[in-house]
Amino acid sequence: MDVRLSAEQQALRDSVAQVVERLGPTTVGRLDDRERTAKLDAAVDASGWRELRTADDHAAPWATGVDVAIVAEGLARGVADVAFVGPTLAADLRRAIGADPAVARETIALHHDLGALGADVAVDAAGAAQALAARDDAVVTRPVGSPHAEVDLTRPSAALHDDSTAVGILAADELTRWNALGLALTCADLVGTMQGAVDVTCAYAKERRQYGAAIGSFQAVQHLLADALVLTEGSRSITLHAAWAADALPPGEALAAAASAKAYCARAARTVCETAIQVHGGIGNTWEHLAHVFLRRALLSTEMFGGVGPSLERVLAHHGIGAA
Amino acid sequence: MDFADAPEEAEFRQRLRAWVAENDPGLPPSSTDDAYWAGQAAWHQSLYDAGFFGLSWPEAVGGQGRPSVYDAIVDEELAAAGAPPRPGLGYLVHGILEHGDDDIQRRFLPGLVSGRERWCQGFSEPDAGSDLASLRTRADRDGDDYVITGHKVWTSYSDDADWCIVLARTDHEVAKHKGISAFAIAMDQPGIEQRPLKMINGITKEFGEVLFDGARVPAANMVGAPGEGWALAMTIVSHEREPGELGYVARYRKLVKELTARVRDEPARFGDEPRRDLAWAIVEADMLRHHVARRLSDRLDGITHGPEGSVDKLLMTWTEQSVGHAALAVGGTAPGSDPTWLAVYLYSRAQSVMGGTSQIQRNLVATRILGLPVS
Repeated sequence: MDVRLSAEQQALRDSVAQVVERLGPTTVGRLDDRERTAKLDAAVDASGWRELRTADDHAAPWATGVDVAIVAEGLARGVADVAFVGPTLAADLRRAIGADPAVARETIALHHDLGALGADVAVDAAGAAQALAARDDAVVTRPVGSPHAEVDLTRPSAALHDDSTAVGILAADELTRWNALGLALTCADLVGTMQGAVDVTCAYAKERRQYGAAIGSFQAVQHLLADALVLTEGSRSITLHAAWAADALPPGEALAAAASAKAYCARAARTVCETAIQVHGGIGNTWEHLAHVFLRRALLSTEMFGGVGPSLERVLAHHGIGAA
Repeated sequence: MDFADAPEEAEFRQRLRAWVAENDPGLPPSSTDDAYWAGQAAWHQSLYDAGFFGLSWPEAVGGQGRPSVYDAIVDEELAAAGAPPRPGLGYLVHGILEHGDDDIQRRFLPGLVSGRERWCQGFSEPDAGSDLASLRTRADRDGDDYVITGHKVWTSYSDDADWCIVLARTDHEVAKHKGISAFAIAMDQPGIEQRPLKMINGITKEFGEVLFDGARVPAANMVGAPGEGWALAMTIVSHEREPGELGYVARYRKLVKELTARVRDEPARFGDEPRRDLAWAIVEADMLRHHVARRLSDRLDGITHGPEGSVDKLLMTWTEQSVGHAALAVGGTAPGSDPTWLAVYLYSRAQSVMGGTSQIQRNLVATRILGLPVS
């Protein structure tokens, strides 16, 4: 047992941070800067991060679940408005089926409640031409419409067109493992979102002055931020395990590990992002401030592959005490 | 990055699993019954003698010099077998390793590590709780000895202890943090009076008051230099806050496992609310296990005594109190219910106080990790 990040993983984490630092939105106004988003997308394209879960010569993924979790966390920390989790899961799904990699940019389609692979809505659809969707027991590609931001201002979703092309059949165990990776990656996105919200909010608490002192010197504010950091660290620990388990444990155990992580992270993320809004006071409740962008991103990640309720149900079922 | 066992770790795990299957003493859950503490000394010694305790400490003081991740394996296997957790005294070992000289380490650590000698910790006083540095117990030099006078409280297991690591003021002229020294004092002597205190769950072995009235300790038993007591206390409490040091992952997983079995055995008795409380306890215990694996892995780069223990303490506290709520919901309070579960719940309230309150931990996280200004 040695759960330290390897030197390569630390380097990956640092290069993601550099891209986000250079090209991330940093303000709500910059979300509309098309030139910047195009450069960000090009940088992620050039990095090859979206291809990390494509198949190597032995049909295994090139990179581990932990590697892609590191990328997801780093992008979310700067609320990077660029597709990653969707295309990564699409690549992994093709690999699991044994299909060739997609020629066009591709994401995944989920059920309308976002809880599972489906055929209702394409998520993380920026730049995507098509989405992998479910049709009965088969996986198909379907073209997607133009993406539009709804809850999450950084990762738009898109409608699916009707025509579909079969890609293959996914075995039950492979689907279970893929769901585990989906949960682990959305957990990693939540961890990054929490860390980003803590970063921004601590910086503000050190600058903003009331009663002649920085508000970050008041214990009432300090304790909110301390709890936010502690929740972020607990989330990071359980997510690391889930991301490792997605490759390393049998499918049922991988899914249980991921569901446990998702319940923890989803509950934590809402608290942390609400704290960010609270500590920012009035400005945190305005559209122009980034605080709600973190919360909105967390809300989408929470619902993808199941939030608190469905995840707790999975945990109980795994322990043989699910609802009768 | 690998949560799985290396071959040598897997071999160790198999050996431990076989040993626990034969040697579980079947004690009640920790801190729910005085019988637990009565059997704990024998459990400590048998775990140590079989080669499963003190794994990461230096061989010179009775340890095995292994990587600290072996402790995570011990926690997992003890919990899986439903055996008692490993003794949680690593914080004392780290304090003495960091601050005691070779003579102190050689004289005191082997007995502490093997469980042959029992220790307690005389830090808090009636007027020095969170504000520990305002402690008033004094140590006055008298020939080759110091004479200790003062009143300590919340001194866990003091009535069974052979030794106490006591903080006392040796210099009244300097700032309050700087005048404190630490001593290893023998508990079996006329100048020491014990007064056990009963906790809210009914146990009497954990809380105690200790009155020092002219108790004597050789000057050679000072741990660290004169005035180094505060630094030693900070080293000790930083590790007293770490679930990886305390072995509490096993404690929580054992409780969760028993509660889960209860619901599985009689599913019709339990509705959505106790199931949900139990699900959260499972999730929190999972989180803490993986967090400890991460912290113990970080020690492969070398041990530190920093403020991260406060993060761990809050995570541990939330886990214990979540397990406590599950114990309350699943164990129940109706007449005739098994009193163990109420005892588990009531004891969990102490976790946000002992080893530094949750409010103190939050102050430390805010100022020493997040860098927020001190008010």
